[in-house]
Amino acid sequence: MTNEDLNPSVSVAMVGSGGAGVMTSGNMMLEAATKAGLYGLMTRTVGPQIRGGEAAALLRLSSKPVHCVDDTFDILVAVDWKGAERFAGEVPLGSNSLIITDPATGDIPENLTASGARVVEVPIGELAAAVDGGRPNMVILGLVASLIGLNEEPINKIIAKKLSKKGDTAVKASREAVSAGYEAAAGIKSPVKVSSSTSDIKDRWLISGNQAAGFGALRGGIRFVAAYPITPATEVLEWMSPNLPKVGGTLVQAEDELASINMAIGASFGGKPSLTATSGPGLSLMMEGIGLAVSSETPVVIVNVMRGGPSTGVPTKSEQTDLNIAVYGLHGDAPHIVTAATSVEDCIFTTQWSVHLAEAMQTAAIVLSDQFMGQASTIIDPPANISFMAQRLVEKEPTAEYLRYAVTTTGVSPMTLPGTPGGQYTADGLEHNPKGLPSTLMEDHRDQMDKRDRKVAEFDYGNHWADVEGEDNCELVVLTWGSTTNAVREGIERLNAEGIACKLVAMRLLLPAVPVQFNHALKGAKRILVVEQSHSGQFLKLLRANYDMPGEVKSFRRPGPLIIRPGEIVDTIKAWSDQ
Amino acid sequence: MNEITQKKFKASDYKTNLKPVWCSGCGDYHVLMSVTQAFAKLGLDPENIAVISGIGCSSRIPAYTNTYGFHTIHGRGLAVATGVKVARPELTVVAAGGDGDGFSIGGNHFLHACRRNADMTYIVMDNEVYGMTKGQPSPTTDPSWDSALSPGGTGLSPFHPLVIALASGANFIARTFSGDIKGTASVIADAIEHPGFSFVQILSPCVTFRPDQKAWKQQVHKAMVEETSDPARAARRLMSDDGFNTGVLYRGIREPYRFSCGEEKGDIEEIQKQFEV
Repeated sequence: MTNEDLNPSVSVAMVGSGGAGVMTSGNMMLEAATKAGLYGLMTRTVGPQIRGGEAAALLRLSSKPVHCVDDTFDILVAVDWKGAERFAGEVPLGSNSLIITDPATGDIPENLTASGARVVEVPIGELAAAVDGGRPNMVILGLVASLIGLNEEPINKIIAKKLSKKGDTAVKASREAVSAGYEAAAGIKSPVKVSSSTSDIKDRWLISGNQAAGFGALRGGIRFVAAYPITPATEVLEWMSPNLPKVGGTLVQAEDELASINMAIGASFGGKPSLTATSGPGLSLMMEGIGLAVSSETPVVIVNVMRGGPSTGVPTKSEQTDLNIAVYGLHGDAPHIVTAATSVEDCIFTTQWSVHLAEAMQTAAIVLSDQFMGQASTIIDPPANISFMAQRLVEKEPTAEYLRYAVTTTGVSPMTLPGTPGGQYTADGLEHNPKGLPSTLMEDHRDQMDKRDRKVAEFDYGNHWADVEGEDNCELVVLTWGSTTNAVREGIERLNAEGIACKLVAMRLLLPAVPVQFNHALKGAKRILVVEQSHSGQFLKLLRANYDMPGEVKSFRRPGPLIIRPGEIVDTIKAWSDQ
Repeated sequence: MNEITQKKFKASDYKTNLKPVWCSGCGDYHVLMSVTQAFAKLGLDPENIAVISGIGCSSRIPAYTNTYGFHTIHGRGLAVATGVKVARPELTVVAAGGDGDGFSIGGNHFLHACRRNADMTYIVMDNEVYGMTKGQPSPTTDPSWDSALSPGGTGLSPFHPLVIALASGANFIARTFSGDIKGTASVIADAIEHPGFSFVQILSPCVTFRPDQKAWKQQVHKAMVEETSDPARAARRLMSDDGFNTGVLYRGIREPYRFSCGEEKGDIEEIQKQFEV
């Protein structure tokens, strides 16, 4: 643990090949922690295999809200080491860390022991085998709970909740295996204890970023979803499928991403706020359809949960590299919206806000999330209920003079919905005149381009364009976006605690550019650090293209899947300040 | 059809005054007449119809009908049409396009629209050529048809859209000839009324790039057999088809796709309870 005063947290990695049940242990630990009054974040790293590949549940628990991973893990416990060397680089350990291993399952990968971490051997398999129906993943649950100072009562509650369907025998076996883990921990000196909380814990939520995006969409008024499965976005769709009918909506599984974006556009043309969710390869396929939404001024929302690219890339791991295609992927001049959630919790707000933006401006909004946020589970305080709702400018009683694409001052034209007498028009991807009829006239192209641009460029985005935290005229600013935000925020908190003033600007609105707000936020900046998880610096280039950044600019970036950690921000800033 | 609804609208009520981009003599003019006659025959309110197309000569048809329309992108008309139908099940949804749009770039949507069996009608104006790009072979073109893009012909057997529709699960399969305006109108009306996904292939000659298709008028003939609801019989018939049999060839009894948006309810507070620990 790097800084006890600021975030008295513990970080635990539970490792085991797929099917060993470490994700189950991790989820139970997270829920038990909630019952004990803690906050927590659980991310996962898995290989591409469906069963039998390497897997790790990565937890960070604290009495304060947790939004990012820490610099190192305090405890690493392995059910087995199959394939563990493949993600060892993603589980940094320090010399104070503790590795617990079952000698029967083979050697610890060298890249883990190189940290100098203390190694303790526990016969996990034997302990499990001694319990009738006992499983090693329950033994490590007890082991870890004991080591971090979590008592057995919340664990037993969760076991009863999760396993009661499997019968009393299963519950009993798991409880006994957990107890065996507690007993085995008795002689081990733990590097950390989590401080228990006595605060009111009734109202907390346990939610993943993908669920949060789905929930935000539903709350924003989405009532139609077209879906094609893709890692790591599928959970957005799987969450929405059973929940949409509860509010009168529906989900259709499409034959491919070309169909899903175009089905969503069709449903929106019919009057239902519509969405699809995908990841990089699917977003590439959807581009022509998104251009159709822009040209025909049909609102649609695309949630894109980023993974490593290019091509099939690294489907199960995170990266911030679909920014370019989201912003620049459309052919022609195609003004649209690109937003990005800044945390698991913010997936609710940003998606809901984006539904509002797409509907209000009758255009396409691409919401960027990523594998890290999307598949992370987190414990949060219930989010504020925000008022953004899909509100489309609809013409219900069109006169004979009605023009679907009338050139208006705001750029937004009232839209008729099928079923409205006298409002018939043909939506078109061809350039058109105000009536909607195909036109190649220079004047029509100019006027319609102006209007489509104006409605997006001149919209009032309020202060939601970015999370801006810090003093006015702060000389040192870190600019970032997406899931990297929280590591930067924690790094800045540590710097501020050391007396180094630093401001955070985490951008939620990536397109269009908002230079007035940007310039205000960066006023007085002399040094700007741009942080992103991209090899080529996509975010830096976007900023360079759209904004004038004052002072000296430095880039801190690397590709996924290695998560950017708070300590790296601290070190980078300090090294820069020393120059 | 009772007398009152028959008199409600004339075919011309469904037309706009926009001049089509089609060449003089194009079969698609006749298809437009048939489509509007079918709407008039059914007495449909123009505002309750959505005509959705892809890209190509025939896909220009939405703007020529006085209904709600969507001229989408190449190959995606069926996907957009499916979205419209699921969102607004009470609308009459007609998807339309050409052979390249529907069977080549949109081929996957064709398969799955048949399989999904949403209650809508798909009209393909088949002229065995890409006309808007000035004469390239399509999936239904004869293998020896010479063109600049494929000199000497593609050497590929044309595929049989009706067989594919049947195998994929379409619930109504018909072929007509554009020159038979009344007959085509009658089949389109029938297709619209039949529940589920109805597929109508309309042989619609391209006078510019396929002048040989002027002979179609003499080649088409009414199918010699009665329509069937038995897929096995329909399959045998279609596999021995000469490509010029017209009429309703298959009338299935599958249940249409049932999912649709329901009534708006406000249960967000209830939904969010699932996140509470």
